[in-house]
Amino acid sequence: MTAMTFPLPAGTRIQRATQEPAWVRWFLIGLALVFLTLFLFIPLVSVFYEAFKKGVDVYLASITDPDALSAIKLTLTVAAIAVPLNLVFGIAAAWAIAKFEFRGKNLLITLIDLPFSVSPVVSGLIYVLVFGLQGWFGPWLAEHDMKIIFAVPGIVLATVFVTVPFIARELIPLMQAQGTEEEEAAVVLGTSGWQTFYKVTLPNIKWGLLYGAILCNARAMGEFGAVSVVSGHIRGSTNTMPLHVEILYNEYNFAAAFAVASLLALLALVTLVLKTLVELRIKQQDTPRGSE
Amino acid sequence: MSIEVLHLSKHFGTFTALHDVNLQVNSGELLALLGPSGSGKTTLLRVIAGLETADSGQVLFHGEDATDQHVRERQVGFVFQHYALFRNMTIFENVAFGLRVRPKKFRPSHAEIRDRVMALLHLVQLDWLADRYPHQLSGGQRQRIALARALAVEPKVLLLDEPFGALDAKVRKELRSWLRRLHDDMHITSVFVTHDQEEALEVADRVVVMNEGRIEQIGTPDEVYEQPASPFVYEFLGHVNLFHSRLHRGHAWIGDIAVAAPEHAEAEERSAIAYVRPHEIEVERVQTGGAAMAALVVHILSIGPIVRLELVRKNDEDITPIQVEISKERFRELQLTKGDEVFIKPRRLDLFPNQYEEASKSTRL
Repeated sequence: MTAMTFPLPAGTRIQRATQEPAWVRWFLIGLALVFLTLFLFIPLVSVFYEAFKKGVDVYLASITDPDALSAIKLTLTVAAIAVPLNLVFGIAAAWAIAKFEFRGKNLLITLIDLPFSVSPVVSGLIYVLVFGLQGWFGPWLAEHDMKIIFAVPGIVLATVFVTVPFIARELIPLMQAQGTEEEEAAVVLGTSGWQTFYKVTLPNIKWGLLYGAILCNARAMGEFGAVSVVSGHIRGSTNTMPLHVEILYNEYNFAAAFAVASLLALLALVTLVLKTLVELRIKQQDTPRGSE
Repeated sequence: MSIEVLHLSKHFGTFTALHDVNLQVNSGELLALLGPSGSGKTTLLRVIAGLETADSGQVLFHGEDATDQHVRERQVGFVFQHYALFRNMTIFENVAFGLRVRPKKFRPSHAEIRDRVMALLHLVQLDWLADRYPHQLSGGQRQRIALARALAVEPKVLLLDEPFGALDAKVRKELRSWLRRLHDDMHITSVFVTHDQEEALEVADRVVVMNEGRIEQIGTPDEVYEQPASPFVYEFLGHVNLFHSRLHRGHAWIGDIAVAAPEHAEAEERSAIAYVRPHEIEVERVQTGGAAMAALVVHILSIGPIVRLELVRKNDEDITPIQVEISKERFRELQLTKGDEVFIKPRRLDLFPNQYEEASKSTRL
């Protein structure tokens, strides 16, 4: 056999073969930049600009106003309930879907996606129809002096519903890709169901879980539509931060509205940073680490 | 510990994975389950392990019914095709896992666990990798760790699911002879699944050939290779040439040559399939009398010490080439080139009359 070698052209030549002309590239890049500036960067900057327009004092006064504080507190409370609930539900659902075969699996997957496909207003309305005074359980709840609609439980329910998909959706493909072999290996070695979960499954999904939780939290705090329907907008009582922003805005109290909105924007930025960090960790986990 | 499998059946939807399978694995033996994909071999192994539940039938460990025993109570060691090492644990922790998860009462002390794990890592010759993570190891190293992990809990039986299937050819060869030596030292009852006939014949004490959820033959490597019980086994184990023939009064006719087949003397006229291994065909330059077929050399392929010839029979509509393997010396003697005419004669053939529920008989010429 004679070995034949074909001299390779320089690397740049190959690259050029798969590239568009310079003007096309710059046009597309420019278009993307203009779009991002107009629709993402300028609005974000304007939120902070408007918030501080009348000075730091007004800003601080706006976010320490009792109604604002109550809204912040309610938002944090709702997130503190909704995120752990969905953490449990998300893991359970993803575990069932990824590791087991059963009838109705596709139905379950569709149900998990439902909150994404339904308008948030409809999600809120569902709870009003079920638990409201004219709703199915309304009279019974009224008899027992329990308030769900236009109260905190309704807000929590609506938030939980809207944020159901985040963690489950994040975990299902991850767990499916990891398969069931490690769990099987663990069971053969004698672990109980619980041991298998926290020694094998949980460490393998922890970054995906955190990622889902961050997104779930961001949505739980920022949810407007569904919460708006069930909250009743009672100042200092059932107003979450997004609802509070709306009320202030409608009252032409722009400085205060933007001040509270800036907190939500800040939350979004923190979420993005955390999300990027977690993504970095997930990538590192997938590529070989150096020997320690 | 012996394993007994009685009347196992298993369906996945409409697919029959196991069809009334009976099997006895003797204490201390190394048994291979051999078959093509979809033959049910992996399902059988997983049912024995308890990772899969059979629709009906029984699994006995040492004579005791283990059918309803949970996996974690069966005390089996299981080695997966893709290793299934715990990716978030070091190699040391992987091997120690089975001991660490034991209830406190049965858990060895820290020092004992360390000694045992290091001894096992030494046994698989990888003690220098204890602090690494699975992804830092090569496939062959990972599979040895998986084996050490399975052995750590001192299982009564060792089950291996295509243990070398994901490895490259060279590592696979090294590992299987290593596994054979390891088994000879430890004498733990072992069952391994493979689709590689060479692997099964080389490593196992006995081979179980499976096809479509049934066992076709059980025997030593020599038995299944030399005396295949069915056409399937014949075709699955190694290369084979297939001739259509007619049985007539103690002779098998292939084309216009007759081969004596005394065991079929009483058989009335019927068709049969004759199987001949490529290395059991003699090649001559000239017709030396007796039954020999004229053929043309269409292809010559030299593979190490042997030369594989592809021949086409003259005056025959059947154009499937006949595979013949001869030694390099014989090839030099014959001085063959493409297009030469040769005369071939099967040294040995096996006849399977068309209804092949009839027991096969081997014919020596």
